Amino acid sequence: MQGPRIAARIAASGLACRRGDRLLFRGLSFTLEPGQALQVTGDNGIGKSSLLRLLAGLARPFSGAVTRQGAIGLVDERPALDPQLPLGRALGFWSRIDGRAPAGIEPLGLSALLDVPVRYLSTGQRKRAAMARLLGQDAAIWLLDEPLNGLDIHAAPLVEKMAARHCDKGGIVVVASHQRFALPGLTHLSVADFAA
Amino acid sequence: MIRVLGALLRRDISGLIGIGRGGVGGGGPVLPILFFLAVATIYPFAVGADARLLAQTGGGVIWVAALLAAILPLDRLVEPDLERGLFDQWALRGISEEWVIAIRILSHWLSFGPPLMLAALLASALLGLSAQTLGTVELGLLAGTPGLAALGVAVAALTAGLRGGAALAGLLVIPLGVPLLIFGAGSLSAGGESGLALTAAVSLVLLALSPFAGGAAVRAARD
Repeated sequence: MQGPRIAARIAASGLACRRGDRLLFRGLSFTLEPGQALQVTGDNGIGKSSLLRLLAGLARPFSGAVTRQGAIGLVDERPALDPQLPLGRALGFWSRIDGRAPAGIEPLGLSALLDVPVRYLSTGQRKRAAMARLLGQDAAIWLLDEPLNGLDIHAAPLVEKMAARHCDKGGIVVVASHQRFALPGLTHLSVADFAA
Repeated sequence: MIRVLGALLRRDISGLIGIGRGGVGGGGPVLPILFFLAVATIYPFAVGADARLLAQTGGGVIWVAALLAAILPLDRLVEPDLERGLFDQWALRGISEEWVIAIRILSHWLSFGPPLMLAALLASALLGLSAQTLGTVELGLLAGTPGLAALGVAVAALTAGLRGGAALAGLLVIPLGVPLLIFGAGSLSAGGESGLALTAAVSLVLLALSPFAGGAAVRAARD
């Protein structure tokens, strides 16, 4: 695992997000510098995932802007792994795309699952597989949507530790979750404060 | 970039052609080909075993069957990847939707174009086509199937994420495929050789436009 090579930075200014004809939030601003981590909190449906998609550049904000410096790595509820392929080959596809050897297989406890088709994996195992995909991507900015969902008490601290190590190396972590996420220096942002 | 395209092509081909049963969809080219042969087989039952009539109309039947066979795999060309978040992950890595769609057109064609041309050999025997007609049919399929593949992938991208998208995709491809059908099947009639060139021309236009139309459709489906 190497560290991000460029100084990462992500800033949101005056973000507003609309879903259908409903305004979810507005006037949301923050800036994250290398090594900083942010947890986005709020009830279901308040717009945490939508905010992450805005930050990733996958959706356009209703108003406001996002500036980012550094590659984005996103883990959401979809692992983006081919369900009919064995896990090893499904991850192998992304390591060919990213041009790096797969990372984190061993610590994430996936070694024994490499021959198992992705569709037979449990929610937690898929989450861990998505983390392995993220580690292999070498992205400077991590956007994690409910990263602890489905993880057992052994795997959850593991993911928290990975996020901490990523911050130590100058990466940025944004977590969207209503669950507690243990990370040194984690700041919190409640979407409800910006609800329209 | 070459590395990325290579990885995409490898995944698409293993998924669509079924080598190693992975990647996109699964199922392989067997089903469309069997479907194609089934249509060619039942046609003589429907119109009767008049050898002259069969030989006269058989080429056109092969073209209609080819159009229908190309429609079968449409629903698994784009939608699964969109649903599973693969297009999002590609976008984050700066891989444009246009490239992904272009690669998919190539692999979709490989999965049904050449097998269809082989199956046409069998079908022509069933329909009693002359060697000369068969040659024109094969050339026409070679010129026309890339256009059908491009059209299919673009329409699959347009209808991805829509309810009833699969049926709608088939309904859209048929009228849009009419120019290919007219020129392709038209090349079989006496003095219709220029139809081959026109089929190829329509194919090229479709090949040139489809990656952009498909890419825009995928981006629109994301919002």
